[in-house]
Parts: sequence; structure tokens; C-alpha cells
Amino acid sequence: MGKVTMTVNGRARSAEVEGRTLLSSFLRDGLELTGTHVGCDTSQCGACVVLVNGQAVKSCTAFAADLDGAEVTTVEGMANPDGSLGRIQQAFQDYHGLQCGYCTPGMVMSTAALLAENPKPTEEEVRHYLEGNICRCTGYQNIVRAVMAASGQDVGALAAE
Amino acid sequence: MYNFDFVKPSSIADAVAALAGEDAQPLSGGQTLIPSMKARLNAPGTLVSLTGIPELVGVCREGDMLVIGAATTHAQVARDAAADFPGLAALAGQIGDPAVRNRGTIGGSLANNDPSACYPAAALGTGATIVTDRREIGADDYFQGMFTTALEEGEIITAVRFPIPQASAYAKFVQPASRFALTAAFVARFESGVRVAITGASENGVFRWAEAEAALSSDFSADAIAGLACSPDEMIADLHGTAAYRAHLVGVMTRRAVAAAG
Ligand SMILES: Cc1cc2nc3c(=O)[nH]c(=O)nc-3n(C[C@H](O)[C@H](O)[C@H](O)COP(=O)(O)OP(=O)(O)OC[C@H]3O[C@@H](n4cnc5c(N)ncnc54)[C@H](O)[C@@H]3O)c2cc1C
Ligand code: FES
Ligand code: FES
Repeated sequence: MGKVTMTVNGRARSAEVEGRTLLSSFLRDGLELTGTHVGCDTSQCGACVVLVNGQAVKSCTAFAADLDGAEVTTVEGMANPDGSLGRIQQAFQDYHGLQCGYCTPGMVMSTAALLAENPKPTEEEVRHYLEGNICRCTGYQNIVRAVMAASGQDVGALAAE
Repeated sequence: MYNFDFVKPSSIADAVAALAGEDAQPLSGGQTLIPSMKARLNAPGTLVSLTGIPELVGVCREGDMLVIGAATTHAQVARDAAADFPGLAALAGQIGDPAVRNRGTIGGSLANNDPSACYPAAALGTGATIVTDRREIGADDYFQGMFTTALEEGEIITAVRFPIPQASAYAKFVQPASRFALTAAFVARFESGVRVAITGASENGVFRWAEAEAALSSDFSADAIAGLACSPDEMIADLHGTAAYRAHLVGVMTRRAVAAAG
């Protein structure tokens, strides 16, 4: 066991971890930030994506001990300071970018990483960037619309469902 | 996953010393090793992280070579190799998905030598040099079959030195569930001749397609290899594709790579 400290959603947070403690369990079990979902636990689905030093990372496929000192943003950090939904979250609600919501935390975090890199992505760029985020409900169409809306682009121009 | 001791040295020398311990194994991006530890296919006693060693990270041009540190992520190669070696940058940008590219590293990929991985095709397709903590290994000697390399116990890759080709391209037929290559070809044209490396197809891992190299060295065009067929002997056969299908894809992907390289 050893103590790991990260800045999570802007606050310094510490927990005792084993070598094998994954970032996903550090967040969910250690810090009780259960917004980060674990879907497959085998690096395939992207439900567990969080930002580590600004980059999208599958939290089920990184050891907490390896990220000592990192800055992490989870879906809990995406809301506005007053607790209302942040821009990306609001777009997912407005455009029905979720049904069961299981994939949503990962989708929102991947979207945040994409828009930080590329503020006005094309539809094709959005689909390409979200390749590692699997959704079993929506058929992706409304997710793409939500991402385009979150980037301030015209959603009406997208192909109809 | 079984537990282990975790160490994170800040120099190559300290990492090599830590790896001399019993049951120690290097951890780079973890995108292959962590899933295999979860499946208990791997159970190291000590994991030695290579992600805190600044000398292992970076993309640097040295004359007609591009030198890439072993712990450089796929995302960084896609970005930082784009100007000097666009064929390699494009290959790195097609690995997995963005989150995999943000953690996964070139050293981990070459050490693992998955028969469907992308980087082995670029290393063999350019005749790169694998630099380790103790020696330099030419790509033709380095790859020794599926998941098998010339690396010794405790030896770590520190960098990869790629000769920069005049033109190159990687054409990948994606296996959409894993996002690895079902079959892919890396083609590189040098003044001295053309090299062609195929990944995803053979049971012996990445290999050079000698007949295509000969034909392309005298005429670098997709037409020059139009009639060339690769034998399905010893090709991988699984639910994603038969040996004959993969052998067919070898020709298709090589022609696409040649056309893309121009
Ligand atoms: C969803 C998904 C999709 C993927 N798609 C692709 C793809 O399309 N193409 C592709 O090529 N790969 C793909 N990968 C694999 C990915 O590229 C891995 O990053 C890579 O295979 C291993 O690199 P790593 O840095 O993560 O290594 P690790 O997982 O940390 O290590 C892998 C192995 O190499 C050893 N090792 C690591 N670094 C060194 C070193 N410097 N010297 C000696 N030994 C070392 C480790 O001990 C371990 O045995 C995918 C992975 C995932 C999870
Ligand atoms: S839970 Fe991490 S990728 Fe599925
Ligand atoms: S909304 Fe159910 S998996 Fe995406």
C-alpha cells in the first residue's frame, strides 16, 4: 500500500492504493466519484474515459500509482460551478445523446478532449474521435448531434436519422 | 489481478537495475500489459514503470534518421513525426482509438510484437534499428515470430531509429472490433530500393514480402505488383478471415500503400 495524491476536478485528493489499484477504482472506490463508469474493464468500451493532464485516458487501463501527481478531470468536474449541467452535458440532454446513460460519462469526457484539441470538428472527425467509445443504445446519431451542438455548430445540417 | 510492487524510476540506469530483480517486468503505456494482467496471463512480482524517465520520451531528427524514444506515446508520434516522416505519423494516428494512443507507446508495441500490431510493420518496412539499454538490433534480426523478439530477459528498448524514406505509406484493413490490423502493409521507397512489410497476416508475425520489394524496386507503381499473389501458407486463419482471404489482402493493401505513397 502507498499513498497517491492527484488533483481531481481541481481539488487535491489522496487515497491509499495497492500497486494494482486502477485509476477507475481510485476514483470510484477511493474517492467515491462514481460518475466514472466501468463497462467492460478490458479497454474496449470507453465508458471509463477521464482526462489525465488534459488527455482522454481509459481509467480502467492505468494504475493509480503511475499517475501520482496527475491532474484528473471526471464527469463530476464537467458541471458548472453552480451545479447546473455544463455545456457538453447540456448538449447531450438537449439532443438526446443518451438513453440508458451508461456510456455517457466516457462520451462526455472524450468530447471534452476532442473539443479542446479541435473546437469545430466536422461530423467525420467526431465519429473518428469517438471510435473508442461504444454506445449500445443510441445508434450514435444523437451523440454526434450533441457533440456538434456543444461545439456551437449547426446541427440542422447533419444528415437526418 | 494479482498484486505487485510498483516502482517508478527516473533514469534508464535505475530502471535496468530494478528489472534485474526477480519477476520484474517493465510497464510502459499499459495498454497491452494491464489487460493481460487482468486475465492473469501475466503476473509480475514487480512492475517497473518507464513513464517517468524523460530520456525515453521524444521525437528527434538526426540527419536522415528519425529517433523516437521508447516511451513516446502513439499520439505524440502522430503529432511530432508528421513533418519529417508523414508515413509513420499516419500509422501512429491509426492505432486503436484516441485514449489508447494517449497512453500506448512505441517501445511497448515493439516489445510485445503482436502479429497484428502496426509499428512492427514500420520498423521492418524501413529497416529501423531497435536501440536497447545494452545494444542495437536491426529490425531484420529483431522480429522473431508472433510475440517473440530478440530482447533478452531484463533488456529494455530505449529508442527506435528509423531511416527516413523518400516516400512511404501504411495501408491498414482494420479489424473493427479490436481495431488492430486484419492485414496491413507498410511500403517505403529508399534510394537503395523498396521495402514492404506485412502485419496481421502471417502466423510468423510481421514479414517482408520479397517478391513485391523486387518488383517495386524496378517500378514503384501499384501496377507493377498487380499480378503478384502472396501464398496463403502459414497465414493466420480465424473467425475474422481465412488464410486465403488474408493472402489476398496482402496484395490489396500493398497496392493501396504504393498508391498512397505516390
Ligand atoms: C482497444 C485497443 C486497441 C488497440 N489497437 C491497436 C492497433 O490498432 N494497432 C496496434 O499496433 N496496437 C493496438 N493496440 C495496442 C497498443 O498499441 C499498445 O499500446 C501497445 O501494444 C503496447 O504498448 P504499451 O506502451 O501500452 O505497452 P505495455 O502494455 O506497457 O507493455 C507491453 C509489453 O511490452 C513490455 N515493454 C513495454 N515497454 C518496454 C520497453 N521499453 N522495453 C522492453 N519491454 C517493454 C511490457 O513488459 C509488456 O510485456 C490496441 C490496444 C487497445 C487496448
Ligand atoms: S471500462 Fe474501461 S474501456 Fe471499458
Ligand atoms: S446510452 Fe446506453 S450505452 Fe450509450
